[in-house]
Amino acid sequence: MNPTLTNQPKKIGYMEFGLLSPKEVRGLSATKIITADTYDDDGFPIEMGLMDPRLGVIEPGLRCKTCGQKVGDCPGHFGHIDLAMPVIHVGCARTVRDILRSSCRGCGKVLFSERIREEYDRILASYLNEGKDASVLAKKVAKDASNVTVCPHCGREHGAIDVDKPTTFRENGHKMTPSEVREWLEKVPDEDLPLLGLNPAVCRPEWMVLTVLPVPPVTMRPSITLESGERSEDDLTHKLVDVIRINQRLQENRDAGAPQLIVEDLWELLQYHITTYFDNQTAGIPPARHRSGRPLKTISQRLKGKEGRFRSNLSGKRVNFSARTVISPDPNLSINEVGCPIQCARELTVPVRVTPANFAHCQELILRGNDPEAPAGKLYIPGVNYVRRADGRRVKVTDKNCEEVAKRLDVGSTVERQLNDGDVVLFNRQPTLHRMSMMAHTVRVMPGKTFRFNLPCCPPYNADFDGDEMNMHILQGEEARSEAEILMKVQENIRSPRFGGPIIGAIHDHISGNFLLTWNFFNADAKGAKLPIEDATQVLARVGFRGQAPPVFSEKDERGEVRKYVWGKDLFSTLLPDDLNLQFRAAACPPGMSEEEARKPENDYWVVIEDGQLVAGGIDEKSIASFKGVILDAISRKHGNARAREFLDKVTKIGNGFLTLRGFSTSIDDEDIPDSAREEIDEKAAETRRRVDALVASYADGTLQALPGRTMEETLEMEIMRETGQARDGAGEVVASQVGMTNSAVLMARCGARGSMLNLSQMAGMVGQQAVRGERIKRGYKNRTLPHFRWGDLGANAKGFVASSYKVGLTPTEYFFHSMGGREGLVDTAVRTSRSGYMQRRLINALEDLKVAADGSVRNTAGTLIQFQYGEDGIDPTRSAGGEGIDYDFVFTEVERRSKKGKKGGA
Amino acid sequence: MTDEDLRFNVLNHEIVPLHEILPEDEVAPLLETYDIVKEQLPKIKSSDPAVKVVGAKPGQVVRITRASPTAGRFTAYRLVVEAI
Repeated sequence: MNPTLTNQPKKIGYMEFGLLSPKEVRGLSATKIITADTYDDDGFPIEMGLMDPRLGVIEPGLRCKTCGQKVGDCPGHFGHIDLAMPVIHVGCARTVRDILRSSCRGCGKVLFSERIREEYDRILASYLNEGKDASVLAKKVAKDASNVTVCPHCGREHGAIDVDKPTTFRENGHKMTPSEVREWLEKVPDEDLPLLGLNPAVCRPEWMVLTVLPVPPVTMRPSITLESGERSEDDLTHKLVDVIRINQRLQENRDAGAPQLIVEDLWELLQYHITTYFDNQTAGIPPARHRSGRPLKTISQRLKGKEGRFRSNLSGKRVNFSARTVISPDPNLSINEVGCPIQCARELTVPVRVTPANFAHCQELILRGNDPEAPAGKLYIPGVNYVRRADGRRVKVTDKNCEEVAKRLDVGSTVERQLNDGDVVLFNRQPTLHRMSMMAHTVRVMPGKTFRFNLPCCPPYNADFDGDEMNMHILQGEEARSEAEILMKVQENIRSPRFGGPIIGAIHDHISGNFLLTWNFFNADAKGAKLPIEDATQVLARVGFRGQAPPVFSEKDERGEVRKYVWGKDLFSTLLPDDLNLQFRAAACPPGMSEEEARKPENDYWVVIEDGQLVAGGIDEKSIASFKGVILDAISRKHGNARAREFLDKVTKIGNGFLTLRGFSTSIDDEDIPDSAREEIDEKAAETRRRVDALVASYADGTLQALPGRTMEETLEMEIMRETGQARDGAGEVVASQVGMTNSAVLMARCGARGSMLNLSQMAGMVGQQAVRGERIKRGYKNRTLPHFRWGDLGANAKGFVASSYKVGLTPTEYFFHSMGGREGLVDTAVRTSRSGYMQRRLINALEDLKVAADGSVRNTAGTLIQFQYGEDGIDPTRSAGGEGIDYDFVFTEVERRSKKGKKGGA
Repeated sequence: MTDEDLRFNVLNHEIVPLHEILPEDEVAPLLETYDIVKEQLPKIKSSDPAVKVVGAKPGQVVRITRASPTAGRFTAYRLVVEAI
């Protein structure tokens, strides 16, 4: 074939769907099928049976009796069954109904007078002209014509057509046999068909009533031999056996002149089998079942739905060059990297084209074989699995033949080299909900059996390490590799298109580590933590720091010896770019504290960075975490993604490094509060119960003042909820007053590493009111929630008020109420995920072919304009400042700073 | 469409953006800026209440100027098509 022709992209002009005429079915057929049996006693297929050798080959080695080809090459050939009586095709039942309703039984013409007919013809012509879908018009025609009672052409009365689902038609209540339906449809003239949405060239309505059934080739319904030697047939074959059996009986009975009743029964049975052969989930008829009771998977089930041919095999495919395993964390990797087990790396390959320039290198690779031993000091070196020669032959490389293969290597071959450090791969976790769920990493081959990556990559993948698995895909071409590196690398995805800020940032320990390193801890004379120089060197070594060392100062230690120290803030400053200037309130700052107060060195809640030096403030969630990290945001915007990645890699290492030296843990003691505080909380709970009782009493005697627009009951519930809410808040305040920043749990909550003060107050103070659907617990037994309470008890305890803390432990009734509240949360999550999943599917199907064109407009693949300017402002949200095109604050402070600096320099 | 036929002029409603017929001589330059043919413009039915008010006929282009949360003010164009 002419290669220039086959390589040309071709455009599909149009597609047309039509029906097979009985003549075509017979023409296509390799043989008529008359016996329901498949194989004879010797295991050979029976001629003119369902497994006739002329229908194609499924056994390797044999040749097809029709085309003479072997298994892979023979596409299979159709056969046919001649039906004794015609049968309606379920897939066409609706169309048949519409045609019967809109055409005359006598003359077959559409029930329109000439005048109306001309009007419709005109509309149809304009539809076809504009390339619109004519089936929309067909629906309207069917609707209008079915209202006509007398045929305007022959004057015959037109009866009402009813359908008994799925395939029985009635005219004025009288059943029509498929033969009668077919006769009627035969009368509809060709020139009326376009009005009904049919093209007479490919589809005559009478073909919707089957007289001959095509039998699909055996390649489409292969039988399998079980280990026991038993043959197991495909569901379609089973169904066809049924069809043939009934067809034979029907023929015999009819030919023998059996009573009408028996023939009709058999006819209906044939209709049932053919209907279920096409669609075994047809409404109104019981699905045909296998002997085991399992419903058969017939033609429409093969195609439809998530597991059907389209969604499962055509839109989605299984791929090579991919790996899947459990994930685990590795804080020593860069966020751009992924750790890959040696076992995976040995299987996965990258194609390397052999050129004169890399010939020697390729030969050396091949000489290693497919399982090379790593030299001393290395754990892994890549070998070669296959060599693909220029003529398309693939040679498997082994230890035995590697020398031979290397010797015979020539330029133009492709060497399939095993995965090596630095290869670019795609890494993905399902569900792939946004583009950050699939990012490009560079490989680090390492021992162990899990994929490993650094913790800042957890939020974009929504991954944790409780057994999650992830997939890796190895890129196979230069173009794909560079595209992935430019667009999909982790560092390119630090900023999220969702809100124009960082979605990858420091988490958990990184935040508490940096906070402990940089925060003054109420010491006005400090500049963060005081590190002995040995420790500071350790931390810097971990970061891999090179450059100007941070300032060192000397001080006497407790034994009176002079030692050298480094301040934590100075240590952190080594990570910052020199021209960074920022000021903001830290996340740890208690709400309501004034700026003046927060700036005091003993509080140290106001972060000040001048020329890349951390002057004041503790580094916490607000500075370096995902979603909030101001420093991260500033660096990625001003210095680019590579610098942001470097900062993030170092910030996580400095956090971990300091935390390792200092030591940090939280335990159950962190939830301990003094007895006096416990008593105070218990007193608050008792007070709340008394107040609730008082409210209930005032409700009972009718003195409760109903709120505007509320009933008495609603008012009571609202007041009680308010009371119990106050009780929990009160307990939280008591807990907060008892614990300080020396408490690890508090420290983590305040600096945003993990947990909240609410979590802590529930653990140490009081769990609080439990609710289902936003109301106090009210369901359970008759007029009461649990048998522990009196009927109609409206008090606090009886309706889910949990006065205990998790530390103290819940009473049995409290525990039960808490479980009820917890269950609601679980159910909500389950319902929400399934719903939003379907919503996302619909949305993506609607938007999948849109893209931003070079001129900034949004277009679909047909070239139609969707939006004249992307987002109407043409701004890429990923590169925006929280969605805005320009960060004015940033510009103003920058201009101000530079003008000041300029004056200083001049003076 | 004349004023008598209008029981209610939707364009006077505050959330309905300004619709106006794009003069014939501005259509070609518009299509040229986006390098498209008329049919590639977004469509609007001739039965659309706003289209009825401005009296645009199928084949004409309507300019819609609306408030935009991102750009402040945004101009879109739509090709009027025959209603089914």
